[in-house]
Amino acid sequence: MKQQNFKLLKAGLFLLCLLPLGKLMLEAFGIAGLSLGANPVEELIHRNGIWGLNFLLITLAITPLRKLTGRVWLLRLRRMFGLFTFFYICLHFLVYAGLDQRFNLRFIVEDVIERPYITLGMTALLLLIPLAITSTNGMMRRLGKRWQKLHRLVYVIGILGVWHFFWQVKLDITEPLIYIAILVLLLGFRLVVVWRQARKSRQSAATGKPEHAHTANAG
Amino acid sequence: MKNRDPQIKPSEITSEGNYLKRRELLAASGFALAAFAGLPSLSTAAVKELKTVSGPFSTDEAPNSWEDITTYNNFYEFGLGKEDPYRNAQDFRTSPWTVKVHGECDKPGDYNLEDLVKPHALEDRIYRHRCVEAWSMVVPWVGIPLGDMLKRFAPNSQAKFVKFKTLLDPKQMPGQRSRNLDWPYVEGLTMAEAMHPLTLMAVGLYGKSLPNQNGAPLRLVVPWKYGFKGIKSIVDIEFTERQPRNSWQVSIPSEYGFYANVNPEVDHPRWSQARERRIGAGLFAAKQETLMFNGYAEQVASLYDGLNLRRNY
Repeated sequence: MKQQNFKLLKAGLFLLCLLPLGKLMLEAFGIAGLSLGANPVEELIHRNGIWGLNFLLITLAITPLRKLTGRVWLLRLRRMFGLFTFFYICLHFLVYAGLDQRFNLRFIVEDVIERPYITLGMTALLLLIPLAITSTNGMMRRLGKRWQKLHRLVYVIGILGVWHFFWQVKLDITEPLIYIAILVLLLGFRLVVVWRQARKSRQSAATGKPEHAHTANAG
Repeated sequence: MKNRDPQIKPSEITSEGNYLKRRELLAASGFALAAFAGLPSLSTAAVKELKTVSGPFSTDEAPNSWEDITTYNNFYEFGLGKEDPYRNAQDFRTSPWTVKVHGECDKPGDYNLEDLVKPHALEDRIYRHRCVEAWSMVVPWVGIPLGDMLKRFAPNSQAKFVKFKTLLDPKQMPGQRSRNLDWPYVEGLTMAEAMHPLTLMAVGLYGKSLPNQNGAPLRLVVPWKYGFKGIKSIVDIEFTERQPRNSWQVSIPSEYGFYANVNPEVDHPRWSQARERRIGAGLFAAKQETLMFNGYAEQVASLYDGLNLRRNY
């Protein structure tokens, strides 16, 4: 893809990623007849959380998509989606901490300790922080190989996030099951890639052929 | 917020006239909102005016709006979303309506709704409503003290519990086509709870007959218990010797029990019950403390003397 076109695409996607926030703002302020419904705080918490998860799954879908389509430019969108994940999860947490718990530290700590689904969610959020901080080019350069290792945390975050969703549902688990299924698919893809590489390198070792110079990673 | 005693001044109860004035305003604003949001108008054709008298036990807290009460509902027979009942229950047929009364009583039978309701005066009762999901409302119900109704069926000495069932009709109730709960919905009370003067068989709210999404034509209101005890669209009343297994208890016994008394000290396994969010208070309102027995401790605490409320949740 031409640099010009890529820039346009990225700018367009950036605006698209802000749409959920825009809609929530219109609803929160009752603009254009929109509303958050009778329980606005819960609606805000839920919708920001869902969008955080959506962006997390989109981020995790980039590598498989690139491998399947061969379009390398997809990788250059990954950071943006990852940071939007962080953005919506931060909003999710801020609405919970601020509007729901009024920044009462005692209530929040109590929740984190006593409610397993909140423990999971909070862990996922804390793990996202180092990833967001080290998302800059400078940090990537500075950390070198360790950057990749560190950012594999996103798999753990994915599992924690979807589990957090599953655990807070009252009765109908259809929606979290869909998220679980997609996550299993996305993580399963990576396992298959790793497994096939391992087999290949075993075979090449057996036949005495030299191994590939650059060992691809699961991404 | 005050804890009210049963003797309240009549002036503290919102008069029917005030309901109606408020109602007109709401209908107007609701219409404007509906026009924007593409929702059907909030004025429901099936809802009729009722003749009511003031009843005891009303709270002086401001009732929630007609709109909040009729668009934010848990009524899984019509869908799992809070607005689903409002959307899906509009064509629900509540007439004719028959209630089967059976079990340990001397006057069992199939009773028409009119025959059940007619002998009683309809009372206005403004009650706090606390959902197990930690939100609450104030609802101006219209109804009959359940005990007065039940006495007419002459329960015998074997009757220790009353079991209620909701209509089973997947054609009209789309939620019953999926197996979220074991349909039909079942709830139960001890005889002492059922005969308590606070317990209401509701037929209306805001001086009008119940909108379908609120459990028309006949629903239970037990204000010191979590909302799910308030079984809706009742077609079956049975006096039993053994404790009935209510639907939520059958579905998730570790989280929901038979008693379901509002209790800020006994948390739901997954969330706190210490505080509640008052619906309609707005985006920036603080949660409020949940009261023991939802603020009705003075009236009902004695029903549970000697009962371990932590174990009997």
